[in-house]
Amino acid sequence: MVPLSYYLVLSGILFACGVTGFLIKRNIITVFMSIELMLNGVNLSFVAFAAQWHALSGQVFVFFVMVVAAAEATVGLAIIIAVYRTRETLNVDRINLLKL
Amino acid sequence: MTPNLYLWLIPVLPLVGASINGLFGKRFSRQIVLAIALGFSGAAFVMALWIAAQFSSLALPHVEFLASWIRAGDFQVDFAFYLDQLSLVMLLVVTGVGLLIHIYAVGYMWEEGGFYRFFCYLNLFMFFMLTLVLAGNYLLMFIGWEGVGLASYLLVGFWFTKDSAASAGKKAFIVNRIGDFGFLIALFLMIKHFGSLNFAQVFRIVSSMPAETAGAGLLTAIGLLLMVGAAGKSAQIPLYVWLPDAMEGPTPVSALIHAATMVTAGVYMVARSHVVFDRAPQALMVVAIIGTLTALFAATIGVCQTDIKKVLAYSTISQLGYMFMACGVAAYSAGIFHLMTHAFFKGLLFLAAGSVIHAVGGEQDMRKMGGLRHYIPWTFWTMTAATFAISGFPPFAGFFSKDAILWKAFSSPYGSWVYWAIGVFTAFLTSFYMFRLWFLTFFGEYRGEAAGNHGDEHIQVINSRAVAPAPHEHGHGGIHESPKIMLIPLVILAVLSVCGGWIGAERFDKFLSPTLHAGVTAYSPEEVTAATPAPEPKEQRGSESLFTAISVLAAASGLVLAWLFYQRRPQLPQEIAHALGGFYEAVVHKYYVDEIYAAVFVKPLINGSTRILWQGVDRDVIDATLDNSAEGAREVSDAMRHMQSGNLRSYAGWIAAGAAVVIAYMVWTGTR
Repeated sequence: MVPLSYYLVLSGILFACGVTGFLIKRNIITVFMSIELMLNGVNLSFVAFAAQWHALSGQVFVFFVMVVAAAEATVGLAIIIAVYRTRETLNVDRINLLKL
Repeated sequence: MTPNLYLWLIPVLPLVGASINGLFGKRFSRQIVLAIALGFSGAAFVMALWIAAQFSSLALPHVEFLASWIRAGDFQVDFAFYLDQLSLVMLLVVTGVGLLIHIYAVGYMWEEGGFYRFFCYLNLFMFFMLTLVLAGNYLLMFIGWEGVGLASYLLVGFWFTKDSAASAGKKAFIVNRIGDFGFLIALFLMIKHFGSLNFAQVFRIVSSMPAETAGAGLLTAIGLLLMVGAAGKSAQIPLYVWLPDAMEGPTPVSALIHAATMVTAGVYMVARSHVVFDRAPQALMVVAIIGTLTALFAATIGVCQTDIKKVLAYSTISQLGYMFMACGVAAYSAGIFHLMTHAFFKGLLFLAAGSVIHAVGGEQDMRKMGGLRHYIPWTFWTMTAATFAISGFPPFAGFFSKDAILWKAFSSPYGSWVYWAIGVFTAFLTSFYMFRLWFLTFFGEYRGEAAGNHGDEHIQVINSRAVAPAPHEHGHGGIHESPKIMLIPLVILAVLSVCGGWIGAERFDKFLSPTLHAGVTAYSPEEVTAATPAPEPKEQRGSESLFTAISVLAAASGLVLAWLFYQRRPQLPQEIAHALGGFYEAVVHKYYVDEIYAAVFVKPLINGSTRILWQGVDRDVIDATLDNSAEGAREVSDAMRHMQSGNLRSYAGWIAAGAAVVIAYMVWTGTR
């Protein structure tokens, strides 16, 4: 059986990749994907703990996160499309005004 | 049921006058201003007379309650007025002499600017002085006490555009504050230990206490602190320095406040508190010593002054010293008797001096006067009466009171021949400097600017503006007698100076005895035998008249010596001054007391305030704390400002960094 620490390290790496991408990438879609990456890094640690301790709540929580992530992806992508239509750019640095 | 005397009206009447004149006087003509001022102070005098008329039918002490003022648990202070023999005497002196001086001031101040302001202050003074005299408890007395100080400040600095007058006013106020401090502490002690400030209650409690033999008792402390207050108000050593400077005020003010009434408040207060002093022999001794020393000390200074008002000022200090000497040997009635006669003749002396100054166009230096008796005969004769009175010649008023004091200083159980000897020597000095003033002013040749025209019927003091830079300069020509309105008070006071003493010290003592011996007789009979001397044996009576003869002799020798020095051989004073050398210099410079005070108290205070309090504490600590913290806040914000970049990504970075720190911390603590 794969030891818990492996999962956790992988989870940390995924999360760190997400954070890094979130911070350094300009393309809003990449930023968005980085957020998904962070969420999944966390999900991985949840399921790892759940498997380790044979507790169901970790698994249940992951489903919740997935549902929220799906809803967020829907809304987020819709916003991205709206932004692109109005600004004609996906560069977050240039989307710095709430008003047109 | 005692009749209601409406005592509160007496002080309030002048207050009404002061308010009307103070608020609207600027728009009134002089006639209306003076009608208001004289009307209200006259009304107070009439009320005082009315009370005196029905005095014999009153149950004394008569206490009137007007309103309650402070209530804190058991402690209670009321607006209450207290009338007994002592306050009646003070009441009549204050309202009577006050009214006369009001009348005089009309003539004296007629051409001055701020006429309404002057009378507003004068009435205000009357209000506070009458409050002081009639108060039924120490706190109300203190109100009056402070108020007369305020009025004194306002009136001394009446010519406030003159620097010396303004600073003399400040000096008077500040020196008085030092005394007030002692008075206040005494009041606090009373509140703490007696739980009351009402005269009746305090005296009842004190009467039940035994006389203190050791020096450190409560009553001694209270007595000494009261004496500190009295020394400030009544210009005794070491707080007398303000009174000579206070002569910067208009002369009627000097007469009213700094001779007749306010400065005697300390004597009144000591006599009023005699129950305390009777039981604190040490405090009493201090009072006597201070009084005696002041009497001598001020008299010696008075001998060398050349300003006519300054001579009178030091004379006042010296006479007040007599009063304290009397109080200090428990002869309170003699002190109050002298207070009364002194109010007459010293008030008169000041008014007459004012008339002289008026006559010569504002000159106050006696060396520039002389020979005035031909030009201002009324002033001359009234002043002569006052001079003989203060010097203690029989049958003038001063003789009776001074003689009573000197005799008591010797014969009282608290007395000593030392007090008596100094007292007699002071009486000699008094007579000497008063006759010096008298000869210099009224005899010989006129030494002023117009000396060339001497003998001419119409002396014209040419350009009196140049002669007299003094502010109360009347712009008149020639030496001339004062108007009638100034002379009438002079004459009345002269009559009083002559006859005022004929009551006799013993009858006066008997009149005051219910007040002044009450504490002794009513509450501790065994002490009476100890404290009051048995009826004097025959030979003592004989020695009393011997003592009287000695003091009259002292006064006469003062007169003769002054005549010799300033009339017969005018060069003699120079020679003697020369022979005395350094001592004479010291006396002329008033023993350098002002300089010593300046060096010992004022300078260090100013330096301390400047260096430590201002530059050290205020600027370097308080200001610096505020300034530096403000500066620090700004620097910190300057640094922090850069975090608020508005850049979304940098915020995210901060969040990530913070999260990393938190996690690192948790891991670190978890692994330990």
